Formats: sequence, structure tokens, C-alpha cells
Amino acid sequence: MPTIEVDGVRYEVREGANLLQACLSQGLDLPYFCWHPSLGSVGACRQCAVVQYKDEEDTQGKLTMACMTPAADGTRLSIDADEAVGFRASVIEWLMLNHPHDCPVCEEGGECHLQDMTVMTGHTVRRYRGRKRTFRNQYLGPLLNHEMNRCITCYRCVRFYRDYAGGRDFDAFGSRDRMYFGRAEDGVLESEFAGNLVEVCPTGVFTDKPFSRTYTRKWDLTSAPSICHGCGVGCNTLPGERYGALKRVHNRYHSEINGYFLCDRGRFGAGFVNADGRLHSAGLRRDDGSFDPVPPDEALRRAAAAMANGRVLGIGSPRASMESNFALASLVGREQFCSGFADYQAGLMAAVVEAMAGPAIHVPTLQDVEAADAVLVLGEDVANTAPRLALALRQSVRNESFAAAADASIPVWQDAGVRNHGAAYRSPLYQAAVLGTRLDDIAEASVCCPPETAAELGERVADQLGQRSGADTALSDDLRDFAAAAAQALGDAKRPLIISGTGSGSAAVIRAAAAVARALAGGERDVSLCLNVPECNSLGAHLLGGGMTLAEALTSLEQGEADTVIVLENELSRRAEAGRLTAAVERANVIVVDCQEGWTPEHADVVLPAATFAESDGTWVNYEGRAQRFYRVFPGRGDCAPAWQWLTRLARTAGQEFAERLAGFEHVADVTAALAREHAVFAEADDAAPEAGLPAGLRVPRQPHRYSGRTAMHAHVSVHEPRPPADTESPLAFSMEGQQPRDPGVLLPFSWAPGWNSNQSVYKFQAEAGGALRGGPAGVRLDVTRAAAGRRVEAPAAAADRPFRALPLQDVFASDELSLHAAAIRQRAAQPYAVLAPADAQGLGITAGSGVRVVSGGVTVSLAARIDPTMVSGAVGLVEGMTKGLFVEPGMGVDVSADPDYVPPSDGVIARG
Amino acid sequence: MSELINPLSEEEIAAIEAEAAHLPERRSAAIEALRIVQAKRGWISDESLGAIAHQLGMSIDALDAVATFYNLIFRQPVGRHVVMYCDSVSCYIMGCEAVKARLCHELGVEPGGTTVDDRFTLLPTVCLGACDRAPVVMVDETLYGNVSADAIQELLSDHD
Amino acid sequence: MTEDAENKPLSARITAAGGFVDIDAYEQGGGYQALRHAVTAMAPEDVTQTVKDANLRGRGGAGFPTGVKWSFVPMGDDAGDGVKYLICNADEMEPGTFKDRYLMENDPHLLLEGILLGAYAIQAPQAYVFMRGEYHLAARRLEEAIAAAEARGYCGKDVLGSGFSVAVGLHRSGGRYLCGEETALLNALEGRPAQPRARPPFPPASGAWGRPSIVNNVETLCNVPGIIRHGAAWYQQLGRGEDAGTKLFGASGRVRSPGLWELPMGTPIREILYDHAGGMQDGYAFRGLLPGGASTDFLVEEHLDLPMDYAAIGNAGSRLGTGTMIVVDDSVCVVDLSRNLQHFFAQESCGFCTPCRDGLPWLESVLADIEAGRGEPGDLELLDRNAHYIGVPGHTFCVHATGAMEPLASALKYFRDDFEAHIRERRCPHRQHGLRREPI
Repeated sequence: MPTIEVDGVRYEVREGANLLQACLSQGLDLPYFCWHPSLGSVGACRQCAVVQYKDEEDTQGKLTMACMTPAADGTRLSIDADEAVGFRASVIEWLMLNHPHDCPVCEEGGECHLQDMTVMTGHTVRRYRGRKRTFRNQYLGPLLNHEMNRCITCYRCVRFYRDYAGGRDFDAFGSRDRMYFGRAEDGVLESEFAGNLVEVCPTGVFTDKPFSRTYTRKWDLTSAPSICHGCGVGCNTLPGERYGALKRVHNRYHSEINGYFLCDRGRFGAGFVNADGRLHSAGLRRDDGSFDPVPPDEALRRAAAAMANGRVLGIGSPRASMESNFALASLVGREQFCSGFADYQAGLMAAVVEAMAGPAIHVPTLQDVEAADAVLVLGEDVANTAPRLALALRQSVRNESFAAAADASIPVWQDAGVRNHGAAYRSPLYQAAVLGTRLDDIAEASVCCPPETAAELGERVADQLGQRSGADTALSDDLRDFAAAAAQALGDAKRPLIISGTGSGSAAVIRAAAAVARALAGGERDVSLCLNVPECNSLGAHLLGGGMTLAEALTSLEQGEADTVIVLENELSRRAEAGRLTAAVERANVIVVDCQEGWTPEHADVVLPAATFAESDGTWVNYEGRAQRFYRVFPGRGDCAPAWQWLTRLARTAGQEFAERLAGFEHVADVTAALAREHAVFAEADDAAPEAGLPAGLRVPRQPHRYSGRTAMHAHVSVHEPRPPADTESPLAFSMEGQQPRDPGVLLPFSWAPGWNSNQSVYKFQAEAGGALRGGPAGVRLDVTRAAAGRRVEAPAAAADRPFRALPLQDVFASDELSLHAAAIRQRAAQPYAVLAPADAQGLGITAGSGVRVVSGGVTVSLAARIDPTMVSGAVGLVEGMTKGLFVEPGMGVDVSADPDYVPPSDGVIARG
Repeated sequence: MSELINPLSEEEIAAIEAEAAHLPERRSAAIEALRIVQAKRGWISDESLGAIAHQLGMSIDALDAVATFYNLIFRQPVGRHVVMYCDSVSCYIMGCEAVKARLCHELGVEPGGTTVDDRFTLLPTVCLGACDRAPVVMVDETLYGNVSADAIQELLSDHD
Repeated sequence: MTEDAENKPLSARITAAGGFVDIDAYEQGGGYQALRHAVTAMAPEDVTQTVKDANLRGRGGAGFPTGVKWSFVPMGDDAGDGVKYLICNADEMEPGTFKDRYLMENDPHLLLEGILLGAYAIQAPQAYVFMRGEYHLAARRLEEAIAAAEARGYCGKDVLGSGFSVAVGLHRSGGRYLCGEETALLNALEGRPAQPRARPPFPPASGAWGRPSIVNNVETLCNVPGIIRHGAAWYQQLGRGEDAGTKLFGASGRVRSPGLWELPMGTPIREILYDHAGGMQDGYAFRGLLPGGASTDFLVEEHLDLPMDYAAIGNAGSRLGTGTMIVVDDSVCVVDLSRNLQHFFAQESCGFCTPCRDGLPWLESVLADIEAGRGEPGDLELLDRNAHYIGVPGHTFCVHATGAMEPLASALKYFRDDFEAHIRERRCPHRQHGLRREPI
């Protein structure tokens, strides 16, 4: 390891780092703006200047930009030299010439990197006598505010949005001191990663629009480590609360998963926690169908009474915590428990787990994904199903340019140099999906085909790699060429990666992807297989398993074999056909534990209000099989409580037999521990929630020590300051008192360090700047191979008995059930649409934007037509979450016709009901 | 974008394609393409910008980043003739301020302005490489050297 | 060969023709013989070596040895697929500089032959001329020259039957001073905003479109045909001092005969100023000069006997730059002149790095305040400090702001009294009623 000397102190630093990284990694304070651990160095801001000395004799030194200088062995430098200190103060002075003095009304105030750096460099007096430059701001959509006057021209935004995330509708305009960062014209930012600009911008140019409506300073937020609810990737988040509402979500750094970035579904979708339709009190259904809010005990008594006689089923949920699912499974017994997937989904999950558990299969982290040097994406539209994974893939194609840069002696962190030199070098990414995707621009080759063709294509690639002579194939010449090229690229790669998942709705696609991975395995290659799953705990729920499928559960209820069903955090109208559901719930006692109004609570006899992720502690298992703990951010309003707690209370109310099944479930840790004991695959699950390792009596505060208003915020209710809620479930405290662990790992409720009020402070908690958190990356990888070979659900293929067959599509802003309850996401989402091939549309007299009527099982939905030449004919693409009331099973037959009565919903708002 | 009605003339498209043909990347013809269209139309409207971006297969934003960076690409309408007076050092020494003052007076506009009859737009320019003849003024493609304030009226009369 | 043709290889043909030199005149004056000799009788590396031996240094301002630059280009098997670019920087925009326009408008074939020789030396199949957007006549002349040369087999496919092929394209700039900076020029050529690039990679290894690229100034390339034709030794002896060859020197400002002259490297300033430019106009006294364009430090009376070569001017704290001097007379207010210069540099900043983008407009505004009588005590220290922080090479991303600080720091040094008087008297001593003092 190279040794460098900074102000007379020697440090061992990582090979290949630059001086800024090296200094920050030692915990030193060195101001910077344009450098970003994930975006690299460009040398624009000149803020990280240090004095570098030629050799031991040199006393004069030369000012140099730390971010642009390799930390070579023997480098001597000074951060404190007068020349460096003076220059850095000048840089701030230059930046502040035009920066408005609007900190008091700026949303960035209090967590502004520019503020921090201004204080750090000691610039206090304004010498500039001129006028400040002003700009016109742009409307950028429902998610972001734009305040260009605050811009310090660090280029981070455009480098993230355009260079890193591949966005096309954002750039740096103009020149000199009139550089303008925005869109060519006003409009909604297209990229689903736009929200990261809030965190990437070192000051208040891009701020969180929903947050700014009910704004709170960072120091007044109560936050806790959390996990994103939005998809199966499991990005780490930092939600913040005040006055009983979720205010905003920031990224929580995780070196192996999300790094520094989230997608907008996760960031803004978490707003569902505040949605109007939240359930805050227990309720009973009257005979006339209306609901009475009742005290919890009354609701529990009614529910217990229903359970007293007859058989009780439990329907779990891929979005509920492991603890809640496990509590329900324990309560009703495994044979009466269904993990809550639609049958076809359960079949897909079985295929996923079977593939993951196969020999020599490595399931990659997103960090591994970024390191892949050849990729095949089979049947999964990752930009819509797992956006953060798509962002990682976008980095993977750069690997060849890094290699080319290394050959040309350009350090990998020298971003502009790598991009200029390496423009012609791209690691191959091959992609087969139903339609064109937002990765087309980086794909070596892309084909659009229905899932069965994608599966065939995958098998062909596997055949070629394994030098098997596969079955005769009906693939066209183009597809054969594609398969040959993909096989070649994967075979030549050192770190080939296969991506697929449940998005195509086809288990054959998943098996084909696994076949490709198996064919590549062996030899010198590091082969990865990444199978995306749809929801935040899909994998966990599936691994827990259950004794019955959803269809079996519904049949059992419909036929009176069971009398009562407890539905856990599951909107069944998305899982089964409406007619079947109605028949089932009409006969049974239905107890629903959920957080949000919907078809299922509306059909319940008893509703128990569940806490969301923000109001509870629990474990989710992401696509990697990583168990991750989310911690309660705030207690939640009204009666809402973690579902496992409702189930425990219910068990106790329902009598000894039930109570014994959940005996000892006092705290979430008890439930996790029981889960770990009972299921080998979850044996390490409780390691996801480590001890804080603090001296006795000390807790990790959820509130920064500048948290204000504690004595006043409830004064309109009572002038006596209420005691902060006690946290019985975690090492965290709902107060400012306590101590942050030195090596926090997961226990980092907010990122703050002396002098560093912004999110940049996270480097103070990293083992090295941009590296893993001290205390290790959060979560624990479960050994999926230990999963009891759950019964394999072979769902019967949907009957394609109508003129069109339904192909499942996903849309980043519409397909996640919970996110769509967030007001900002509803505004951001497209109008519900269906996709048709041009010839089919023409045949039906349907034009782009006109109405399409889709009918199945007596349910009709009306959608806007999108006509896409890449769509296969004879099929209609239906977007999950956009066909409210119509349950879509992949491949099922539907009737499609023109809808002359179609009225487009008002702009940008998804039709409700 | 595919539904965009391309308002470029065949002649413009041909000229742009000729430029793109000898470059390794189509987008590298951006500046030439802007110049070609501006030569015909005087300036680059949003519609022209969109059409050129479409022609070169680049985003409007990326092309506008180029268009707004360069001095000689006009994103606002200009008069039939563009009058540029050099305000760089040699012309400054030789009295360009008097030339500028007279131009403003004669045209009734400040630098950056366009006369009400759309005949002239007045712009400052950096050194035109004719410092031995300072001060210099360029009207469209015609360069005038040793310009005195008194010669302005006549100089302008060359351009209808 | 006439004496002129021998001693003034850049301008003799133009003088003889009384202006524009067409292809016939160019050939008659020995044009394209160097190219013919090179492609038929010299290895590419020999061309580079000859230019190296001649000690030709870049005439765009930086003075880097041309042959050395060429020798950095990967050749033969190291060159991969062989795509490389020879790029002529014809984006003449340095205020006070008017030499490249003269060469291109009057003798475009001389430049073209230089380009072709350069392309042959580095084995580039493609050359581009990156030309100032406002140079309409030069662009026409060069386009015609390329067509005429192609018709006679000097460029295009299989040059003079040698098997070497090179296409020459013309790019006309969108207008931006930064385009003159080698790496910013590459971005501009690629159709992007002309912001400079980080080094490494250096252009000879990875330049335009990630390929090896050489960027040479017009005048630099115009020297190459003579060197190849007459040899390195001939070129060496053309210079009067250490530096080789001739140079187009010029003078503008209130001199009797502003103009451009081809003179040996090392010709003393005084000789250029008095013998060629005719000295100061009546009623105007000499105060100082910027020896090689707006981005060079002031020189004053005490420097007039210095030879115009890289070392002597460099040792005096300035730079030879483009060799076209801007003469400042006593009617000019140095404070306002400094404001004018900073205005130029601030306007032409590309906006990339902080000191340049935000620092320069600030200094311009401080100078405007001082000029307008609003200067305050401490302003000069502010200017000094900023001139240091902005001006030291390496402090900013490229040398644009470094160049901007050269005339400012030197003005503060040589003409400090002027600045102090402005602040003390709270007015510009040169201005009465807002107008500049007329000559006596």
C-alpha cells in the first residue's frame, strides 16, 4: 500500500486512489464539491486544492487539485499550508459571489454542503460589490423544485443525470458565468433517477418538491435506518419524520446495494405512508356494508370470536415483514398458511429459488452487477421492475472503457478522461424483452420478443455455450445471430452476468436464464445470475412457504372447508380474479390486517390497522437473499401497530390454543429469533439487527442533537412536554440523547459529523471514502440452498381462449401497489395504457392515445392505446397496476376492442377505482 | 420524436448529411448543422433545433447545450444583417468605443438589440484578426477596417 | 531561388504575387515539392525527425517543439487500426493577433502542404482544419485549395501515387476563444461545447474521438514545407538567436505603420517597433506593449532591446505568445485597458472551473469600479491576491485564466501608480466627462 504524508503525518492509503479520496478516507477534512465517490473526478470546482511537495527538500510546494492527483507512494502534501488554505477560501469566495443569501428560506439549509464548506474554509465577509446573477427556473415535474440562482456550477447534476444515469433530457447550457443546468424547455424530468439530484446537488438547486410543501429542517427530522418498499432490490433508505408524518426519504448508503442512489419510485413512493387512504383505527363491517371504527379490543374480540369455530386460514404477503408472515403462519399453522402470491407468481418464485439454489450459482450484489463485463438480460424490463438494478447495469457496460483507460494510464476515477478516451469501448449487454426498454441505448444488441421466444433464445445461448446441440428451434435467423453473438460475448467474459426475473411472467424464461448461467459455470469465469423478484419481501415470503396456494385457499373458503381467513397486508384483487375472490370472501369471516384502504379491507369483517415499514420494525429479504432490518421511524398514528403485534394480540384474545402458538412473541426480536430457530434458511436472519455495542444505558438517537421544538410541538395539546416514546424493539431511541456507534453498520439513523451537516458526511462512517460502512454493509445473506424444497407450484397455463393474449408489462411508477398511493407518484405516473402492435391496432380501428377496451372474466377496463412496432401481434401488453379490477394472468386470453367512449383521465393522474 | 414534422429543407438536409459523412459520429456535425440552418434562416428557432437534433439522432437538450455555448449561433431572431464591432484590445486602443457609440446612435439600439425594421442586429465581437486595421467592424461577411465613427453611416448604407 | 524566398519562406510568395497565391503560382514557387519528396523518398519518421532537428516550435503561443509532439503519436503496429487525426488549429482568436488569417487568405496551399506533411509524418488518414467561424474568405480560399490540390493528386486517395491517403476536412467554429485550447478544440470538433479536457490522456495518445490526434497552429504547419524542402540546418540558421526559423511578427495600436512582417526569430522588439512599425504616431508616447497577444504580460521601455525569442521574452516575465504585439500608448488608461482585457477573458471563459468562471467577472467588475471612481482601499491587494490565485498555472483547469492574469498582474506591477491614482482621486485621470483624453 502506498504511504503518503499529509501535514507531516504518514498514512497508508489504498493503491489507485486519488489524494482527495485518500485524505477523506483518513477522516481528514478537505473541502470539495464536484468530486463524488460514484461520479469520480473532473477538476471543475478547484475546491480540494492542497500543496504538494516534490520531495523531502521541497518547502515551497505547488498547489494541486487533490481529486485529480494520484495518491502515489511517497506523496507529500499539506492541507494546512497557507497557500492551500487561502486558495480554498478564495474558491468559496468566488462561488459565493452569485450564490444568494437565502439560506433561511432554502430547503437545503442545515444540510447544505456549500454551507458546510463555506464555514470550513472560513469565508465570512462579502467583498463583492456587484449584483448577483439571476436565472429563470424551470418546471421539472411533480418531484423536483428548481432554483438555479443557487447554482455553483459544480456539474454534478449533469454528470449524474446524463453521464451516470443516461438521461437525455437534461444538460448544461450556455457558458462562462451563465451556465444553466436544466432541460431544453420546461417539462417533467424523464429519468426515474431524477430525484437523486436532490442529494447530488451540493446546494439547493434541486430540492424535493413534495418535501418542500410541508418542509422540515434536517435537524428537526426523526429518522431511522430503513429499507425501500418499492421492489425486490432492497435499497437502504433514511426516511425522516416530524409531526407524525413521513417527510421525505433520503438515500442510506450501502456499498453493495444502492450505493449513493435511489430510484424515484422508492424515494417518492414512500409517501404512501401519509396517504389519505391509510387505516388508522380498527373497524368492523356493519350489515349494510359500512365500517364502524371501534376500539381495538372490540375488533380483536370480534375477530377472535370468528376464529373460535372452524378452520382458520392465513394469507401472507410478499410485502409484509418476515416477522408478520411468520407470526401468521405460526398462528394458523403451516398447512393453513399461504404465502400470498398469485398462483402464477408462486410458480415463478419457485423457479427463481430453484435457480438460485442451483450449484455454482452466484447471486450478485448490485456492486457485483456493476463489475460485470458481459450481460444478458432475458425477458426482464429491469428499468421498470428494479430501476436501481438498471442503473447498476448502466455502469457495467463501462467496464471495457475502464480497461481501455487503464491501458492509456488514465486512472478510473478521472471521469472525463475515461469517458473521452473510452467512448468507443463498451462492455456488451444483450437484451431480450417484450418491448424496447430504457437500456436499449447501452445494449450491444436488443431484441423484442414474447416471453416464450425469450426462453427459447436463452436455451439456444445455453446450448451454444455448452456446445450442446439443442432441440430444433423455430428461431428466426436474426434471433439465432443474436444468440450466437450473446453466447460469444458471455463466453469471452471474465465476469458474465445473466439477468432475468419474474417480470416476464414466464418460468421458462427464468429456467432458460439459469441454463445460460449453468452453461457458463466452471473454468475461470465468475458467473452471476441475478433474478429479480417483484416485491420487497417476495423472496422471504416464498422461502417461508406455506401449505397451500392462493387458489387452494380461495377454493377452500368458497367451498366452506374453512370458515375464517386472516389476510395479512395483501391486496388480493391484484392476486386473483375478481369473481373467485368475491365468492370466497362472501362465505368466510375475513380478518384483514393492512395499512391502506382497498378492495380487500372493503370486503373484510374486521380490519386491524397495520403499521407501515416506517412505523414498525421488521425484516425483509431482497432478491439476493439478504435479510435486512428496517427500523421504526416514528410510532405511527391512531391504533396502527406492526401486523405481528396484532396477530399476537389476536392470538391471546382467541384463547390459549392460539396464544401458545405465538408464546413469547413480546418483541420483534423474539419473533425473528423464533423464525431463525424454526427455519434453517432463516437461521441468520436475526443477525440483520445487531446490537449497538454501546455502554449500558446508551442508545442510538434518532434525532440530531440540534432537534428543536420538543418542548413546544405538542403545546397546543398540553403544555407539559410529553415523554418521548420508549423504543422497546431496537437499540434506537426516539430522542436526541445517546451516542452514535463508531462503527455503525446498519445503525446509522442519520448521517452527521462535526462540520459536515450534509449527506456528504457519510464518508466519516465509511472504512474508506466511497467504501463500505464501518461495521459492515447492512443485512445478512441467507443461504438459500437451505430452503426446504418447497412444493413446486406448477400453475396451469392460463387459457389463451380469447383473440388476444395478455403479456405482462411493468411501469416504474404504476406497478408498485403502495407507491401509487403516494400523491407525488400518482402525479408522476403515466395514464393507464395498453400496448398493441400496429397491425392489430389498425385492425381494431385503434389509434395512438385513443381508447382500448380490455375484457376478461366479465371485467372491463378502459385504457389509452400505445402503439408499438416492437409489440408482437396477437397480444396486448397490460401494465401491472394499471388494470384496476382486472386480474391479469400472463398469457391469458382477453378481448380487445376500440373504446369510443374513452375519456382520458385528467393529466398525469391514474384513475382510481 | 418520430412524429416530428421535419421542417428542414432538402437542401439543408443534404448539406448537413454531407458534413456528417466525413465525421466519425453523426452528432459531431452539430455545429456545422447549426451553421447551415442559421445561414438560411438567420437564427436557430426551437423548431429548427428540434429538427436538427432529430436529423443527427441526438437529444434536443444535447444540441441546445452546443447551440447556447457558441457565440455565433443565435437562439433568438436577428435582423437581416448582423453588425459586429470588435471590442477587443487593439480595437479598444484604436477607439472602438466611439465606433460602438456611433453604431448605437445610428441604429437606435444597444448592443444585442435589433432595429425596429429588422434590418440590423448589433453585436460586439472578439478580435477579428485584422488588428493592423483597427478598429474593425464586420457586417455579415464583409469586414471593414480603419473604421471611423464618421464612416458608420456609409458603411451601414451598403446593407439594405 | 530568390533571396526572399530563401529567407522568408512564409511570406515571399505572397509578396511576389502581390497577394493571393493560387495553386499555379504556388507550384511555380516550388510548392508541393516538399510533399512529393516526403511521400516518395522519406519515411514518415524521417519527416518527424527533420522537423525535430529543425527545432520548429509551436507558433500558436505555447512554443512546444513540433517534431517532439509528433513523435508521441503511436506508429506502425502500436497504432491499432491506424485511425489518427492531424488537426490544424486555425481558430485565430487571440486579441491582437492577425497572422494566421494572412497566411490562409493569401497562401492557402502553403498551409495545406504543411498539413499534408504533418499527416504523412504521423500517418493520419484524416486531417481537419478547425477554422475561426468569422474567417469567411480564408474558409473559401482553403476549400478551393483543397479541391485544387485534390485535382492534382496532392491530397485525397493515394497522394502522388505513394499509397498514402489523406482526406482534409474543414470545420468552421461556432465561435469561442476556448476553441483555441488544444483539448477544448477537440471537444468542439466532436460537436460538443468547447470545454477543455483533463490530461491524461494527452491528445497524441488519445484525442479526437479517443484517437491519437495532433493539433498544430496554422503558422507552425506553414513552416513545415520549407523545413522539408531545405532541411533542418537551413531552418536553424534562419533564426537570429537560439530559436530557429522566421516568424510573422506584427504590431497594432498607435504605431505609424501597423502590420505584419516575416522576420528571423530573435529580432529585437525595438527593431520591430521602430524599423518596421515606424514607431509611435505623432502625439502618442509609448507606455508598454503586450508582446504576443492579450494573454501575455506587459513589457515596458526597459525591455525594448530584448530579442523576440521564447527564452528572452520568457525571462523578462512575459511570453512570446503569437508574436503579434499590441502597443499601448499614453492616451490609454491602463486601468480601463485592464478592464477591457478582463472583460474579454470573462466573456470567453467556458464556465467549467470556478476561478476562471466566477473570478474573472469579479475582477472585471472591480476594475470597472476603480475606473469609475468607485475603487476602495484594499482593491489593489484584492486584485494582487486574485491575480496570484487565478494566475498560477495549475490553479485553474486550463490556461485561459492563467493567460488572463498575465496582463493584469504585469499591469499592476508596471503601472501601479495609475491604479493608485484612480483610487486616491476617486476618478479616472484619463477621463474627462466620460471620454478618453484626446491626443495632444
